[in-house]
Amino acid sequence: MALSYDQAVEKYEPTLGLEVHVELNTKSKMFCSCATEFGASPNTQTCPVCLGMPGALPVVNGKAIESSILIGLALNCSVAPFSRFARKNYFYPDMPKNFQTSQYDEPICVNGYLDVEIDTDEGIKQFRVEIERVHMEEDTGKSLHVGGATGRIHGADYSLLDYNRAGIPLVEIVTKIVGGTGKYAPQVARAYVTELRDILRSLGVSDVKMEQGSMRCDVNLSLAPASSGTLGTRSETKNVNSLRSVERAVIGEVIRQSNRLDAGERIVQETRHFLEESGQTRPGRSKEQAEDYRYFPEPDLVPVVPDSAWIEQLRATLPEKPSTRRKRLQQAWSVPDKEMAAMVNAELLDVVEETISLGAEPTRARSWWLGEVSRLANEREVAATSLITSAQIAEVINLISNGELTDKLARQVVEGVIAGEGTPREVIDKRGLKVVSDDSALMVAIEAAITAQPDTAERVRGGNIPAAGALIGAVMKATGGQADAAKVRELLLKHLGQG
Amino acid sequence: MAAISRDDVAHLAKLARIDMSDVELDHLAKEMDVILGAVARVQEVAGVDVPATSHPIPVNNVFREDVVKPSLTSQEALSGAPAQSEDRFKVPQILGEE
Ligand SMILES: [Zn+2]
Repeated sequence: MALSYDQAVEKYEPTLGLEVHVELNTKSKMFCSCATEFGASPNTQTCPVCLGMPGALPVVNGKAIESSILIGLALNCSVAPFSRFARKNYFYPDMPKNFQTSQYDEPICVNGYLDVEIDTDEGIKQFRVEIERVHMEEDTGKSLHVGGATGRIHGADYSLLDYNRAGIPLVEIVTKIVGGTGKYAPQVARAYVTELRDILRSLGVSDVKMEQGSMRCDVNLSLAPASSGTLGTRSETKNVNSLRSVERAVIGEVIRQSNRLDAGERIVQETRHFLEESGQTRPGRSKEQAEDYRYFPEPDLVPVVPDSAWIEQLRATLPEKPSTRRKRLQQAWSVPDKEMAAMVNAELLDVVEETISLGAEPTRARSWWLGEVSRLANEREVAATSLITSAQIAEVINLISNGELTDKLARQVVEGVIAGEGTPREVIDKRGLKVVSDDSALMVAIEAAITAQPDTAERVRGGNIPAAGALIGAVMKATGGQADAAKVRELLLKHLGQG
Repeated sequence: MAAISRDDVAHLAKLARIDMSDVELDHLAKEMDVILGAVARVQEVAGVDVPATSHPIPVNNVFREDVVKPSLTSQEALSGAPAQSEDRFKVPQILGEE
């Protein structure tokens, strides 16, 4: 009988380690002045430096250093007073130099932490993820393996290399081992990467688009028998390219490793690849022979020695922490935990805040984004924010608030905007979606309803107020739902001597 | 004791993708040992008060502005490539690695 996830975490204690690579959004590369734009034609953003031509000399991009220090400070790290680049030597065509310029034993930032919160059946739980190091390096080129059936290297006839990405500044953020999470390991891993992404985004140092590869995560996982206090052999899962995949990769590895251990097999220390479709991993290159990169200090670059004035100047520019901001907004909007968590998970905080700042009533702003817009987005399997702007939603909400639209009409307006019929105003004009609150127009419909249902009208005249519902319904129907129901009720009751 | 063994040299040759015969390995192991011995003597001379250095000039913090300058065209970039296809460098298949 194969162990399920729940059985696995009862028997075994998972230990995590997370390595996140993030491409900085500098305009030029790390060591040369080539552009860094995504999606340019192959090999149009290269020069002698990033192509590794003999004699070409690298010079460090100062902005990349600043971004790296900012990242370290935001993660509560110490900034190293002295830090150097090193050559990581390996033969592989994704780096034309035959080495990658990286940092080895002298990274720019060390010893930080990030507190993350997860929502569990037992309430909100907090975990501290300790950061080992933040170091700078350069991204590699992109390989295209041609021939063979799978697009993998094995079986390929040859590979084609585009070096546009080679040399783009990359920062690697490595955690210390994360233990004590128990069954919550998958959620803690996801919460950490999410929080990290939000921090990097708030710093403005990276696009942090996992689907485009500007943020990538490797998940290290090991299992040890529960309460044994030991550490098992770990696997390193690469190719984890979404927040959801981070969670799924941990679950997949816990299940795979626990079943191996249960069968008396051992875990091999290796690199594995995450498979998006199945949530499982497949083995990659074996790491049983420890890699030998023969690191040595990069002789073409001088050390980075940030003085404390520079560090403090950068520290002063740190934005509000995303977690602090969430708490502040939750309090300001008095939102219950669950609804707040729903907005955070759906990544709607920014648009809701914008919508409110544009004058929309806060409760309506939240319920429109979380409700109608999210529903339409789910139907189309796209992000809610890609359907409509916060300015458009704010406009619709303001029209509801001042009585020009009913909720029902507003839904039609939003639908029209999403269908590309124009701005909310234009949709209202084109579709003729105006609340009928003009008394004389309503009175015509009311008279008609009374004529059609004389008995009902008589009962209302006799004091049977609830009977008015049928007449109000008829008026609403006659006006195509565009009447203000409260107004209809008021006019009708007055007309029948009950006002 | 030798500073570098024949096995070390064989391992380095493998990492550097250099095919070496047994005779070459025997020869190079001895030769490199002599070189490393000479370097070791320099290390003896340097006292503990002399820090290790990776750069001959004591310069720190050499940075450039984050400004884009024109790159090579893809034709220029590929002009020295032994093989190319679809504006990309064409390299032999890589075996045994992912
Ligand atoms: Zn370049």
